[in-house]
Amino acid sequence: MSAAFLTRAAGHRALLAALFLLVLPFLLPFRATAVNVLIDGLFAVGFNLVYGYVGLLSFGHAALFGGGAYATGLALLRLGLPWYGALVLGLVAGAAIAGIIGVLAIRTRGIYFAMVTLALAECVYYLAYQASGVTGGENGLRGIVLTKIDLFGLTLDFVDPLTRYFVIAAIVALALAALSRLLASPFGAVMEMVRENEARARASGVDVRAVKMLAFVLSGAFSGLAGGLQALHLAIVPIETLDYSTSGMVVMMCLLGGRGTFFGPFIGALVFLLLQNLVALISSHWQLPVGLVFMACVLFFPRGLWGQVTRWRPA
Amino acid sequence: MAGLSLDLLALQIFTGLALGAVYVLLAIGMSLIFGMLTVVNFAHGAFFALGAYAGFLVLTLGGNFWLALLAVPIVTGLLGMAVEWGLVRHLYGRGIDDPLLLTFGLAYVLVELIRIFAGTQGLPFDTPDALAGAVDIGIGYFPLYRLFVIAMTVAILVLLWLFLERTRLGLIIRAGARDPEIMRVLGVDTGRVWRLVFGLGTAIAGLAGLLAAPLQGVSPEMGNAILADAFVVTVVGGMGSLAGAILAGLLVGVIVSLTALFAPEAGDVAIFVLMAVVLLIRPQGFFGRAGLMS
Repeated sequence: MSAAFLTRAAGHRALLAALFLLVLPFLLPFRATAVNVLIDGLFAVGFNLVYGYVGLLSFGHAALFGGGAYATGLALLRLGLPWYGALVLGLVAGAAIAGIIGVLAIRTRGIYFAMVTLALAECVYYLAYQASGVTGGENGLRGIVLTKIDLFGLTLDFVDPLTRYFVIAAIVALALAALSRLLASPFGAVMEMVRENEARARASGVDVRAVKMLAFVLSGAFSGLAGGLQALHLAIVPIETLDYSTSGMVVMMCLLGGRGTFFGPFIGALVFLLLQNLVALISSHWQLPVGLVFMACVLFFPRGLWGQVTRWRPA
Repeated sequence: MAGLSLDLLALQIFTGLALGAVYVLLAIGMSLIFGMLTVVNFAHGAFFALGAYAGFLVLTLGGNFWLALLAVPIVTGLLGMAVEWGLVRHLYGRGIDDPLLLTFGLAYVLVELIRIFAGTQGLPFDTPDALAGAVDIGIGYFPLYRLFVIAMTVAILVLLWLFLERTRLGLIIRAGARDPEIMRVLGVDTGRVWRLVFGLGTAIAGLAGLLAAPLQGVSPEMGNAILADAFVVTVVGGMGSLAGAILAGLLVGVIVSLTALFAPEAGDVAIFVLMAVVLLIRPQGFFGRAGLMS
C-alpha cells in the first residue's frame, strides 16, 4: 500500500471503522463474539483516550463502565425510560463517576494515579454490593428486557442477533466518529502535548489539570456508553462488571492493540476476545495464556499490534 | 448500648492492630520495592496469596506451621528475585508504567497458576495448635494467634530496621535509593542490590500471606482484594516511606475493625473515605515528599 493511500485513509478513519464493523460478524468464527468486540472495543477506545493520549494509566475504569451499565439498566427497569434515554443516562453516569474519581485522582501525579483509581473503583464496587436494594447486590441487576428498538418510526427486532449487532454497531460507529473528531481538534493535540511533556505544556499556558480532568470525564462518557450497551446486550448487569478484573481487562486490550493509536484498542479487544474464546474451548483457565501474551506484549511489543503495523508503514 | 464498655473498645482496637499488622507488612514490602526500583509491584497481592498457598502446601506435606514460617519467605523471596532477574530488570529506564503493567500481567498468571494447582475454591487454614485459644491481656480475652501476628510483625520490622540501618548491605541499599548512579561509579553492582530488594519485598509479602491465612483462610483471589487495601495504605502513608507504611497500615486496620463494630454496613468503604480525605488535604500522604511522583 502506498503512503499516499494510507494518509488519505487516515483522514477517513471513522468511515473505515464503519466499513470494518459492517463485515465483522461474518469474519469471526464465533458470531456471538462480534457484539462483545463492539462493546469492549468501544470501552477500550474510551480507556485509550486517557491512557494512550494523555498518559494517565487508570486501573479504575470498571467503575465508569459498570456505572454506565447499572445506570442504563436501572433507567430501563425502574424509571421506564426508552432505550435511547437509558443509554444517554449510562453515558452521563460514566462521565459523572469519572468526574468524582478524577477530582481525587488527578490531585496525585504519576504512579499514584493507577493506585488511587484502582482503590476508588474498588470503593464503587463495595457501594454497589452493599446497596442491594437498588442494584441487586451480589446477584447483579436482573430482568432488563429490551425486545424492540424504535428508531425514526422504524421498529427493529432487538432479539435477532444480526439486527442487534447492527444497531449496536451503528451506535459504536457514531461514537468512533465523535472520538475521531475530538482527536483531530486542537484539544486532541493538547492532550498529546500533556502526555509528551507536561512541564512544557504548562509553560505554554496549558491548564494541565483541566485537560486531564476533561479527558478523564470524556473517557468516562465513552466507557459509560459501552457499559450501557453491555447492559442492553446481556439483559443483566453482573456485579463483576465493577470488579477489578474489568479494569484490568481494558488495560490489557488497549496495550495488546496499541496505546495511543486510533484503531489499536479496538484490535486489542478483538484479539483479546478471540484468544479468550479459543482457549476456553480447551480449558477454563484462559487467564494463563492471556496473561502470558500480555506480558510478552509489554516486554517485546510495547507499541502493541496495531502500533507495530503503523510503525512499519512507509514514511 | 449497655454492652459497649471501654474494654470492648480496647479489644476491638487490638483486633484492628492485628489486621493492620498484615497491611503494614504488605505495604512495607511494596514501599521498599518502590523506594529502590521505582517499580509499583502490582503482583504484590499475588505473592501474598502465593505465600499463603506455599504455607498450605507445607502443612499438607506433613510439615508444621513453624517450618512454613521459615520456608514461605524463602520460596516467595527467591521467586521474587527470579521475577526481577527474568522480567522486571529488562524494563528499567523504559518509563514507570511498563514495569507496573508487566507485574499486573504476572499477577494474572500467578493467580491462574494457583487456581490450576490448588483449585478455584477457597480452603480453610487451621490456626496452629500452639497458638489456638485466647489469653487474658488485662482488658479481656484476646485470641493468642492475633497477638502472635502482632509480635511477628514487630519482630520483622525490628530485623528490617537493623538490616537497613546497621549492616553494610543496608547502607548500600539506602545509598542506592538516593543515588544509584554514584553507587555504580563506586563499584557497587546495583543490579544485584535491586534483585535483593525485590526479593526482600516479595518475601515479606509471602510471609504476610501466611500470617493472614489462619485469620481468613486461603483463596486464589485473596491477594486481589488486599492489593487495593495495600494501595490505600501506601497512598495514605506516602509512597516510599517505611514509617508512613507502618503508621497508615495500623490506622487502616483499626478503622476497619472499628467500623466493623459500629457501622458494619460501612466497613468496606470507610478506608476509601480515609484515602479520599488524605488526598484532598495532603495528596502526598503522611510522610510522602511532595513532588516525588512527578
